Amino acid sequence: MTTITAETPRRAAAAARPAERMRRAARRWRYLTNVGAALLSAVILVWTLTPIYNMVMISLEAEGDVASTHIWPPVVSAYSFWVVVTEGHWYLEAFWHQFGNSVFLAAMVTILTLAIGSLTSFSVGRMRIRNGWLITNAALLTYVIPASFLAIPFYLIMQHYGLNNNPWSVISVLVTFATPYAIFIFMEYGRSIPLELDESARIDGASPLQIYFKIYLPLMAPALVAVGTYALLLAWNEYLYQFLLLSNDRSMTVAVALGKFLNSDVAPWNYMMATAIIYAIPPIATYYLFRGRMSSGLTMGGVKG
Amino acid sequence: MTASYLEVGGPAVQRQSLWRYWRGGLQGSEFIWAVAFIVPYVAVFLLFVIYPACYGLWMGSNPALYAEVFSDPIYLNTVVNTLIFLAFGVNVKLFLALMLSGFFMRPGWWVKALLMIFVLPWAIPALPTFISIHWMLNGEWGLINNALYIMFGVDPGPSWLNSRWLALGSAIFSHVWKWTPFWTVILLAGRMSIPQEIYDAAKVDGATGLRRFLHVTFPLLANLYLVLTLLATIFLLGDFNSVYFVTGGGPANSTHLLATLGVVRDMLDLGKPQLGVAAVMTALPLLIPLVIILMRKLRTAEVQL
Repeated sequence: MTTITAETPRRAAAAARPAERMRRAARRWRYLTNVGAALLSAVILVWTLTPIYNMVMISLEAEGDVASTHIWPPVVSAYSFWVVVTEGHWYLEAFWHQFGNSVFLAAMVTILTLAIGSLTSFSVGRMRIRNGWLITNAALLTYVIPASFLAIPFYLIMQHYGLNNNPWSVISVLVTFATPYAIFIFMEYGRSIPLELDESARIDGASPLQIYFKIYLPLMAPALVAVGTYALLLAWNEYLYQFLLLSNDRSMTVAVALGKFLNSDVAPWNYMMATAIIYAIPPIATYYLFRGRMSSGLTMGGVKG
Repeated sequence: MTASYLEVGGPAVQRQSLWRYWRGGLQGSEFIWAVAFIVPYVAVFLLFVIYPACYGLWMGSNPALYAEVFSDPIYLNTVVNTLIFLAFGVNVKLFLALMLSGFFMRPGWWVKALLMIFVLPWAIPALPTFISIHWMLNGEWGLINNALYIMFGVDPGPSWLNSRWLALGSAIFSHVWKWTPFWTVILLAGRMSIPQEIYDAAKVDGATGLRRFLHVTFPLLANLYLVLTLLATIFLLGDFNSVYFVTGGGPANSTHLLATLGVVRDMLDLGKPQLGVAAVMTALPLLIPLVIILMRKLRTAEVQL
């Protein structure tokens, strides 16, 4: 009885004010979605960070603690990083040399991708060379062929010409697979630069080479940064071709050395994870530095992994 | 263009018109420059795409190879693995990406901060994190089984990498972990390009929540979603890293994909590169139609992408 009498006036009041009721429902709905969003965020965080946490945890462990049952390190020590940077283990004897190889490879791939990509897109997009669509189709075709499907013939060809363990064999293949994306982005970005600029320079007597260097390249700077970042990351992160073509200790890159680590039976896992983290830092830093620039180009076709 | 009225002038003029046709609107020396600018890319394309592709086709042209490939039980397992990988890998990661891109549209600084963390798996090179996942899955000392033991008392935990289906599932999980952020960012850009007025109009018509997604957002994203599905399928067909590092193709060569089977088992372990090429070539009946559809779609839809 009492409940009914208590309930009825309240219900009547609520019915009398539908706006109030809707507001309350909306507030409850907002509260629920907020709780849901918080839960989802927690799941995303755990999902994303677990493998990274595992990597950091193992790198901070002492040698004997790696193979034991715990989910956080009993003793935290940065000793493994010290071993890596001082090349203090026979697996890591040539670490800095290999790091240098990685840097050289990435730098060359970036420069060549930018040069070849911008020249091609200048000729096709700005000078409007006849049948330029053949070039864009060739680029599109290269973009959609999985790189790993060409690995076996490419490896045999390079072996035939004695080019394995030569960084240029890897540089050439990485440039091949990075250039199509460069051409798309440059063509797309170049559309925002009025053709009249080239036209008036031409009337003033500038040669195509001068137009390319003095007008095209400076105006394309943002696209050059985006594509340069992309090519740099692609070259630094690539594994398959480096693994096939660079197999001796002097020519291999950090990626290959890490893979070799994994395949040995007695790998010291804490050193390996420390090496992996040092290897991962340059691309992460590059990515976050140039993130804004990269995402503008991203939407167009995506980055090839 | 000029050909139509010059044709009456006899063979000499016709030859000249053909020359002019090839030059397009370019003056003499400019045409030479334009050609010189595309020469590097054409050379790269012919040397490093066409040449290896033709060499591969030639290597795999012996019909006897295919008899050997199809009678190989490991190859048949690999085909099953590839189909499972495609069915789950592509759809799970794209569906998650579609849903999560909606989540990341929410306003607020912490959603943006979460997005920065969420893209980490993609920003970090594949190699270190896959090695980390490989160790996490270790049956005795891996993080996952340790956590299972500490939290739920599961002992002994499942030996993830010693059973074919668990190992394959782990490889798919790792692939999804690595690549979902990338597709999320692309779909997020796609969602952001939908004008707010459309949503406002839908709201007036009473479409909110799920109905807004089904009748407004998804139809607008459908074309992009289809293109991304095709692209993800092709990229996954050529995937090497997730299987190579997480399961290594094991146990007993039961979790290979085509790329790892061809390169690792056939070429490096068995020393039969022809067999590897033939195994990879059996993907062509699936790959070629995909490439053709995708090239059409990308050419016409690149602005929408």
